[in-house]
Amino acid sequence: MSDEKSHLQSVPRLSDEPTSRRDWPLWEVFVRPRRGLSHGHVGSLHAPDAEMAVRNARDLYTRRGEGVSIWVVPSAEITASSPDEKDAFFDPAADKVYRHPTFYEIPDEVQHL
Amino acid sequence: METPLDPSSFDALIAADERVEPRDAMPDGYRKTLIRQIAQHAHSEIIGMQPEGAWITRAPSLRRKAILMAKVQDEAGHGLYLYSAAETLGMGRDEMLDRLHTGRQRYSSIFNYPTLTWADVGAIGWLVDGAAIVNQVPLCRCSYGPYARAMVRICKEESFHQRQGFEILHTLSHGTPAQHEMAQDAVNRWWWPSLMMFGPPDSGENAVKGHSAQNMAWGIKRHSNDDLRQRFVDMTVPQAQVLGLELPDPDLHFDEPTQHWVFGAIDWDEFTEVLKGNGPCNAERVARRVSAHDEGAWVREAANAYADKKARRTVAA
Repeated sequence: MSDEKSHLQSVPRLSDEPTSRRDWPLWEVFVRPRRGLSHGHVGSLHAPDAEMAVRNARDLYTRRGEGVSIWVVPSAEITASSPDEKDAFFDPAADKVYRHPTFYEIPDEVQHL
Repeated sequence: METPLDPSSFDALIAADERVEPRDAMPDGYRKTLIRQIAQHAHSEIIGMQPEGAWITRAPSLRRKAILMAKVQDEAGHGLYLYSAAETLGMGRDEMLDRLHTGRQRYSSIFNYPTLTWADVGAIGWLVDGAAIVNQVPLCRCSYGPYARAMVRICKEESFHQRQGFEILHTLSHGTPAQHEMAQDAVNRWWWPSLMMFGPPDSGENAVKGHSAQNMAWGIKRHSNDDLRQRFVDMTVPQAQVLGLELPDPDLHFDEPTQHWVFGAIDWDEFTEVLKGNGPCNAERVARRVSAHDEGAWVREAANAYADKKARRTVAA
């Protein structure tokens, strides 16, 4: 995924810029490797619209049967948790060890628990 | 008392052999080095389509033609994975292409050599892709996440490339005397340039020159050029014996104490000349790339116009 400082153009919704000078926008590609698994991020590509982005994604990311379904999302439309991924956003999870089953002391003879 | 590193700081990530991701703070030098290296790598994949693409229409059978088309398509794909990775560092695709077209970013010198016969397609697959694999496998553990992930995909696909090249040479080598000679001639021409692909010497007294030491400290590079070159030679010599082809180095011999194949001196003057733009095909490769880009302008424009038309209809509906 691209960082917000890079050249993320928005989707070409009736852009005023001439078609000859406009770069194709960036799309993030998600592929479902096979039924039963969720889509996972595989990379990005440039395409003029969503339909072409799906076609390009097929040619670029599934040349050897790596997927049964593709999602494409305009990179500019993705909202991320934090700009630098190093703030305290995830700290609340760090001190709640009682959320894990290993926190609890159970007598050895107890089974199926 | 030392201040403990912020566990998510760049230095702490590198020290822990963790991956750096696009939104992390990173030194300017790290960012610049990666942009230069990944863009050069992407350009190499795209320019590398030319010497092999030149033989698609002349492949000796439908089977060979289909394989070569798939391989050249893979090279395009590899270029696109890498451009995507480089873009996460903040340089746009158009800017990278412009720098390639105007000679401000390089591609691998190896693609400035011509493909004179069909056997050259075999030699590129076996030697050039073979050397590329040795270079690229450690890059799967590069400290920069997007680059490492692109390299994992690329390495998976490269092994088909090397094997198809080996098969072409094996077939020629065991064919008619003329075919054997053609295979030998191709290996004679591609062997030394393939050894140069690992870059100038950077171990021993050369360790302080160039970028290797810094790139190793940053986890971009995992082994010296010389170690990778030796690994390639050790892998390749026994394969040449199976092919029944000679490697054009009278000094090549196996050293029992070190258990390595020792090879002769590399002509670094030739490497420098080709790097400076004086190789057999430098001008031709860039000119071809620029014309392909210029001649494709109407396609990019038409696709934009079509996207606009559809967007307008959606808005109207």
